[in-house]
Amino acid sequence: MNESASKAVLSFQDMILTLHDFWSAKGCLILQPYDMRMGAGTFHPATTLRALGPQPWNAAFVQPCRRPTDGRYGENPNRLQHYYQYQVVLKPSPPQIQDWYLDSLRVIGVDPLKHDIRFVEDDWESPTLGAWGLGWEVWCDGMEVTQFTYFQQMGGYDCKPVAGELTYGLERLAMYIQGVDNVYDLAFNSQGVTYGDVFLENERQMSTWNFEIADTDALFDLFRKAAAECRLCLDKGLPIPAYEQAIETSHIFNLLQARGVISVQERASYMGQVRDLARGSCEAYMAKYADQWAADYPEWAA
Amino acid sequence: MSDFLLELLCEEIPARMQAGARADLERLFRAEMDGAGVETGAITVWSTPRRLALIAADLPEQTEAVSEEAKGPPEGAPDAAIDGFCKKNGVTRDQLELREVKGRNTWFAVRNVPGRKVADVLAEAIPAIIRAFPWPKSMRWGKASISTESLRWVRPLQGIVAILGEDLVPCEVGGVASGFATVGHRFHHSGEVTIGGASDYAEKLRACHVIVDHAERQDIIRTKAKEAAEAVGLTLVEDEGLVIENAGLTEWPEPLLGRFDEAFLDVPPEVIQLTARVNQKYFVCEDCAGNLANAFVCTANIRASDPAVVVDGNRKVLAARLSDARFFWDTDRKVPLEQQARKLERITFHEKLGTVADKVERVATLARWLAEEGIVPGADPALAEQAARLAKADLVTEMVGEFPELQGLMGGYYARAEGLPDAVSDAIRDHYKPVGQGDDVPTAPVTVTVSLADKLDNLRSFFAIDEKPTGSKDPFALRRAALGVIRTVTRNGLRLSIAEGDLLDFFADRLKVQQREAGVRHDLIDAVFALGGEDDLVRLLARVHALQSFMESEDGANLLAGYKRAANILKKEGYEGSGNRIARTGEEDPLALVDDPELGSIVAQRGHVRPDYDTEPAESALIEALNRAEPAASSAIADERFEEAMAALASLRGPIDAFFDNVTVNDPDPAKREARLALLDHFRAAVHKVADFARIES
Repeated sequence: MNESASKAVLSFQDMILTLHDFWSAKGCLILQPYDMRMGAGTFHPATTLRALGPQPWNAAFVQPCRRPTDGRYGENPNRLQHYYQYQVVLKPSPPQIQDWYLDSLRVIGVDPLKHDIRFVEDDWESPTLGAWGLGWEVWCDGMEVTQFTYFQQMGGYDCKPVAGELTYGLERLAMYIQGVDNVYDLAFNSQGVTYGDVFLENERQMSTWNFEIADTDALFDLFRKAAAECRLCLDKGLPIPAYEQAIETSHIFNLLQARGVISVQERASYMGQVRDLARGSCEAYMAKYADQWAADYPEWAA
Repeated sequence: MSDFLLELLCEEIPARMQAGARADLERLFRAEMDGAGVETGAITVWSTPRRLALIAADLPEQTEAVSEEAKGPPEGAPDAAIDGFCKKNGVTRDQLELREVKGRNTWFAVRNVPGRKVADVLAEAIPAIIRAFPWPKSMRWGKASISTESLRWVRPLQGIVAILGEDLVPCEVGGVASGFATVGHRFHHSGEVTIGGASDYAEKLRACHVIVDHAERQDIIRTKAKEAAEAVGLTLVEDEGLVIENAGLTEWPEPLLGRFDEAFLDVPPEVIQLTARVNQKYFVCEDCAGNLANAFVCTANIRASDPAVVVDGNRKVLAARLSDARFFWDTDRKVPLEQQARKLERITFHEKLGTVADKVERVATLARWLAEEGIVPGADPALAEQAARLAKADLVTEMVGEFPELQGLMGGYYARAEGLPDAVSDAIRDHYKPVGQGDDVPTAPVTVTVSLADKLDNLRSFFAIDEKPTGSKDPFALRRAALGVIRTVTRNGLRLSIAEGDLLDFFADRLKVQQREAGVRHDLIDAVFALGGEDDLVRLLARVHALQSFMESEDGANLLAGYKRAANILKKEGYEGSGNRIARTGEEDPLALVDDPELGSIVAQRGHVRPDYDTEPAESALIEALNRAEPAASSAIADERFEEAMAALASLRGPIDAFFDNVTVNDPDPAKREARLALLDHFRAAVHKVADFARIES
């Protein structure tokens, strides 16, 4: 029996709205996407910066992600240079986090007695953010639909307390729920608009730009300028704008990679720069609030 | 006597860590019990993705009461000594007893350790085991993690079942208290499962769709995956690693067969198998002709209401992976390897050794030379150089970027697709071989040339910058490279100077390790290497083989005994060998001119001075025998007729035995004594023409 027989299959947008309702009921703030280009929802300050320090933080949001090198000119049914992640950040990680997560799958139409759900080891590490965590990729019939991580360190600092992070791959989940083989065939809404109507041309043009057109001199220049701006903000004790500029350098670096103009030797140096800026921003954020946090949470220490 | 059950429930444990965790649990449990004086019998450990379980059969109710006593200082000893003794034994001064020892009053510390309830011992042991558990990677979680001192476990710990007989062993660690309750299968059972004890544990869980015995799950996967393939007339490609991994990912394994689009079979089978295995943990199947079939077997963790839905989902994932692989396959083939190879200029091989392109240049030069010099018979120099120039090009292809373990193999496929000669394609494909111990050794001439050049370049380059393996550290896999060279050279009978200096010593060590398996004695390899100047592995091994069969003969064993006796006498008498008496020639090596045809006979003469007294018969016989055997052995060695060299040595056995039986070396006449010592030295030198017998173990 197909899910559609028992209840209507959710469109892409209804799936997002259902997740919002679900996590809102669990006490999460429902945030909006961060208005910057980034490679993963983890870069959203609501994840990265809020994972630091002792205050509880529960939030859920959609974040558009850009991975220029994953572009396939709209010709691959699964790979996109722009796609959506649904992020849930729960700090401290609640004891029933796995059960909540499985319930969230049920509400969007994944029945774990029909589909084989598995937690498969996948530890997460972001040298750029000086961050790592342990967790799993969650499989649904062999497909990775969620990255589930217990953050252990962020910005080089131990997470005290540990945050649980759930990152749903929305397109993949939707393809699964809707039973389509091609991302562009997804029903975006229930009135006949497909994902392809919204994004196919975008993928074609953006892949061309990412791989072939983007002015590399301008990109190198942008990288330098964002890095300089980040350092300026750090000098002025402004960790949040500094962090934004660090995100910017990270994305520009990804574009340069897609243009194939960064040699192997240079690559390490660019990554080192991005890492130093991101970590510097986290350090500045900690430095700015550590005293306040220590006063509010006597059991906490940086 | 009662059975004890321990279950540690947690969020999903990585499959790869479960076998180690089982061993650690048993080891730590035994250590805790030993430390408390609890005798343990049979211990069973099981694991699933969500639990580690241990059953210890027949634990006693109580530990034995023990009385320990220690003898201390005598009565009247300084206070400091008595206090120190008290401290060491954990007693106070008024607890000491005075006893007479050999008529002297002596202090004794007596400690009576009463028997303890084993339940109490367990209640302390469980938290200790959990806190000491050596997970390869562990984490903090939850509210308590506001402190870095909070409990660590592989993933959040959720429950402890600890039952001795039918009684709860109460304990608590990190906010988790022991109880009778656990959980069943994540989806096939809801709510708690109450366990009575060790005896009903496995069956109660089975009723809740959890097969707790990992070995049983492995059997199910092995059997059912095979059956699934056979049911559609295919053969499962067996993969024990996958069996264990899938058993570590499931509490209720259900192998299911699916099909993928036959069009994907255009992609090389190794790529399909690797995609299925590494990314998806699927088995693959072969048809009756042994070709890869368009089928896979996945292992679900549920008894699905409609298995076809699960299979179809898995099929789609595999299809997506395979279409990516096909994209790489198509993209890579659009760029000729020669063009790909130019990108190697951008990849650093090692900061002190330049780029991969630099390395390729060195390997190409060496490969051409190996072919041109005829060191690898039948290798065409042009093809060898071409293959060497293209061998590393696949490192920059999309496919190898995705699957590094396909290096070489993909280059071979791409070369063939470009229409390059088979010899070149094969060489590119196989030049990393032999990789593991059981791996094939190349025999095709061009492949042998490139394989050898690649490995020798690694060895020489890293030795040149002093990056030699030390202890367990071998970051550039030089031991494996040396072993590969040894196997390739010996398998193909290649004659070349393999190395010099440190690198030659390194080869000698590797050779000993490698030959041990073939039953070749390491001391014999040492005995030949010790002579110096041997850098041809084929010649060396031929000599060692001849030496070994000689040493296994009666003549050999006796000659060795004679040699050791002679060497001992020379050593005892402090006799300086004839080598020390060779005149300084201005050469750095005093023996440099020994092989000079004009000087050779002169130098040789120094060894065989005829004594100017009436020699005894056995003495004369030995002199004669030496004068025959030594040149015979030398020329046999020079011509690599090692059996003949051994036979020449064997001819010395009778004379040396007779000499020792009949002649007194330590004659009162200093001239005789000196001459006989010289004769023994000559004997020793003759034996050394073949091998340094001092290195040979009796």
